[in-house]
Amino acid sequence: MLWQDIWTVFWRDWVVLRRRLKKFIFSRMVAPLLYMVAFGWGLGRSIQVTGGSYLDFLVPGILALNSMNISFNSVTPVHSERIYHKSLEEYIIAPVIPEAFVIGKMLAAVLRGLISSAIILLLAGLFGAQLQLSALFLLVLVLNCIIFSEIGFFAAMTISTYEEMGQVNTYILLPMSFLCGTFFSVHTLPDLVRYAIQMLPLTHTSYLLRGIALSQPVALTSVIVLILYALLFFGMARWAYLRLTK
Amino acid sequence: MIKVKGLTKEFIRKGRDGKMATKKAVDDLSFEIAQGEIFGLLGPNGAGKTTTIRMLTMQTRKTSGEIKYNGISIEKNEKAIKAMIGVVPQHINFDMDLTVGQNMELHGRLHHMDKHQRQERIQELLNYIELEDTVNMSPRQLSGGMKRRLLIARALIHKPQILFMDEPTVALDPQVRHRIWDLIREMAAQGVTVLLTTHYIEEAENLCNRVAIINKGKLVDIDTPASFCQQMGRYTVEWQTEEGRQFKFFDSKEEAAGFVATLDSSHIRRSNLEDVFIELTGRREGI
Repeated sequence: MLWQDIWTVFWRDWVVLRRRLKKFIFSRMVAPLLYMVAFGWGLGRSIQVTGGSYLDFLVPGILALNSMNISFNSVTPVHSERIYHKSLEEYIIAPVIPEAFVIGKMLAAVLRGLISSAIILLLAGLFGAQLQLSALFLLVLVLNCIIFSEIGFFAAMTISTYEEMGQVNTYILLPMSFLCGTFFSVHTLPDLVRYAIQMLPLTHTSYLLRGIALSQPVALTSVIVLILYALLFFGMARWAYLRLTK
Repeated sequence: MIKVKGLTKEFIRKGRDGKMATKKAVDDLSFEIAQGEIFGLLGPNGAGKTTTIRMLTMQTRKTSGEIKYNGISIEKNEKAIKAMIGVVPQHINFDMDLTVGQNMELHGRLHHMDKHQRQERIQELLNYIELEDTVNMSPRQLSGGMKRRLLIARALIHKPQILFMDEPTVALDPQVRHRIWDLIREMAAQGVTVLLTTHYIEEAENLCNRVAIINKGKLVDIDTPASFCQQMGRYTVEWQTEEGRQFKFFDSKEEAAGFVATLDSSHIRRSNLEDVFIELTGRREGI
């Protein structure tokens, strides 16, 4: 029954995504394209990094921040389903396992995150980036999508206004997008700031994706950290959903 | 079929003085509903009708009290009880990203119906509410009356034994309202138990086998609409004074006529549930 319920929740999001797939793909091409032109071609020509071109250094960072944004924002419409349209009630009154709702929404966000990551990889290839892809690379991407879809779910379930939802993007996602080793190495930052940033999940994703893509050694403890974050945020997302009926 | 005993819901809210205060939205409510009955919860806005339905349908947890379906407590078998109930909410809550047909299909899937069952039932219900041509339309394209009918049809997809309807005809024109009443009567005739909330007295009088009048979260009385009117007096004399509209109730038309003779200007009419409602709650609502 759990799998059936997960599939139902996923099916709903898939139906919506399938109808808007072309729009989704084209809209997801804009930001990475700009990043690659501006930072890869433009600014990147004057930046030297060890172990390859700046474009090769940049693409894993773009993948990390993009999969974070896409998976987070894929789940946030649940906020309006809860507060404004109240269509979430359909799930609450149905004999559906609560965890299935969280997992179904999460999987749909992972799918969106992976589609947009595939677009970036395709564009990066056209721009001449040379990256090594592997199963571990895919696992890290999936974990990153899971973590931020869970954070998005938690926010959508606990925040009461649309404005506050926007503030999560401004105060949490936007700083992480720039600071978590996406565009530059965090080693250049002051110690205290660096320690704080190294605790964030996106930093681990950036390190891992870059390390794997550039065939450099990676710390498997970062994978464990990501798994622990995924479990922690799943617990929080589940709690937030169950809290709705209290 | 449904047994509610001492049902209470408290909310903790910030009071005017800025301190947290407990407010009872539903206070020690008890009633029983038999199978196939159309039972009405009648009360003014803020009486606790919607909160009661939300507790009965497990959308919100009760603070205390007992809810049993066929003798089984809701805490014991939440999933089985959810499978046997259907809910028609007060607000239109379709998934606007899905078509009419997909909204119906989602409901069927959430109730674990197989593909064949779902397709057959959706077609049957859309034909029943005469909306078979809307299957590929967005719910946004439907009129208010069509959306209401569709909400009822959606709640019936999995063939629930009990249907909860929260203000099912709110803001609808009389023609559509009568059409929905017919739909509710047909469902009850097929053995579906219906619990509806309304603040339209006319609706409760026309549809319900029994009515519970609630006010400020408390149960005021339960009876059939006819018994309520009979208890109070079957005839009402209504007249105007400087203090406002006045009412007096009589068991027979002759007694009422005798009283009318003592007044300058008045009229006699049959008592209705609205008179009962005003007498019991002191508030004028609905029509």
